[in-house]
Amino acid sequence: MNNQHSDILIIGAGPAGLAAAVTAANSSQRVTIVDDNPTRGGQIWRGEQTHPSTPEAAEWFSKAEAAEVNFTSGARVFANPAPGLLLAETFDGVRELSYDKLILATGARERFLPFPGWTLPGVTGAGGLQALVKSGLPIKGRRVVVAGSGPLLMAVAAYLKKKGAEILLIAEQAPLSRLLRFSFGLFGEFKKALQALDLKSELAAVPLLTGCWPVAAHGSDRLTSVTLRRGRRAWNVECDYLACGFHLVPNLELAALLGCEIVNGCVRVGDDQQTSVKDIYCAGEATGIGGLDLSLVEGRIAGFAATGNHREAEKLFAARRRAQRFSDLLNQTFALRDELKTLPQSDTIICRCEDVTFERLQQHNEWRAAKLHTRCGMGPCQGRVCGAAVEFLLGWKHESVRPPVFPVRLASLAATTQNQMIS
Amino acid sequence: MPECLTVMVNGRRVSVPEGSMVSTAVFLSGAPHFRRSVTGEARAPLCGMGICYECRVTIDGQAHARSCQIVCREGMDVRTDE
Repeated sequence: MNNQHSDILIIGAGPAGLAAAVTAANSSQRVTIVDDNPTRGGQIWRGEQTHPSTPEAAEWFSKAEAAEVNFTSGARVFANPAPGLLLAETFDGVRELSYDKLILATGARERFLPFPGWTLPGVTGAGGLQALVKSGLPIKGRRVVVAGSGPLLMAVAAYLKKKGAEILLIAEQAPLSRLLRFSFGLFGEFKKALQALDLKSELAAVPLLTGCWPVAAHGSDRLTSVTLRRGRRAWNVECDYLACGFHLVPNLELAALLGCEIVNGCVRVGDDQQTSVKDIYCAGEATGIGGLDLSLVEGRIAGFAATGNHREAEKLFAARRRAQRFSDLLNQTFALRDELKTLPQSDTIICRCEDVTFERLQQHNEWRAAKLHTRCGMGPCQGRVCGAAVEFLLGWKHESVRPPVFPVRLASLAATTQNQMIS
Repeated sequence: MPECLTVMVNGRRVSVPEGSMVSTAVFLSGAPHFRRSVTGEARAPLCGMGICYECRVTIDGQAHARSCQIVCREGMDVRTDE
């Protein structure tokens, strides 16, 4: 098996991971970033390494290029057989990754809420459709409804439009009053970032409907239309894609596997971004959804702290506090409304891996019983999609994590030198 | 323009720009879906970033490969569910 030792091992090559790596590399320690994706940049800068969309992305890509950082792509960490050792699976086999200090920059994923028809091909995440288009999906001339919640919706709509999609409308579940408060409360830096994206001119002709959300997707084998609701009005819109995501949730599985304390759905960190476990740090969206600026500054703090440069880390605390205020505002603004809990019908599938319907889940009153009786959350995604939905719909927290944290090939398990992980 | 390469999707030749994900080749092949769910529903990618596992296909005989996260290689053999 391929073994690789790093002084500083970073999981995740998004903004937080890149900032941590660039910062840590200045200390001339051996720094490695491991990422499941084929290229660096995380989701926000996915596929942008050769064509960065903003000066900020360009800056961090070139810093990462110049720094002495070892980058391992297409490798997904699935187990921790011993302290200071992780195992990752690639398309071609297993890698052993040993480390002195670990920085988790595992980012976030979209929150998906189930509604009738959401499993049809053509219904994707909002960031999901953007990622697919970045990967090469032709979107020119396709009719797209963008829906759900969060600042991502606007960015996705602008991106897809630029790629030639016909954006029919953007449906944001949050009410207009909260969005207005959000835009008044924005900080200078974020306004600049918005202007850089040129969202306004890009989306000038696209209706943005607040307090509006999809209630059903229609089609036999593929999406043909979506029913939207706004107040008392419900109507049908024919479209090729429904790009729908309800803000973001942190990726916590690896932190949980390593025993890091998790509070209110976020990895708990101290001033230096250290987790409750010695020598393990966490930065970026996994510590709470906070956007790009917060991810970058947390990454830099973690990079300094993990290499023992606490004085430099401290100098960034004020910048982190400012970015955190934006984060708080973000999460208040895009909090989910209760009406969305009534979206699934009794026969709506909640767990897409095991095809578990809402009524089957409702027969139970907690996760464990539901899992044992229905296999909800026990398929290949291991609750990554249905977990956040069930938490919102039924109030059950999906917390149990066991290795392997991702489905792996039997050969990968067999190749591991230690077997205590399969307990 | 980027170089193109050829992969086989369900026995059909599909030309994709270098650097494309396998999911792109499946979309371009015109395959109606990527996989069948445990109750037989047609499914296609949801998250686009390797979380949801709806993009699973068989690549070079390796089942359950996530087509959204794997870059096309020349001559790859990709199979979706019937």
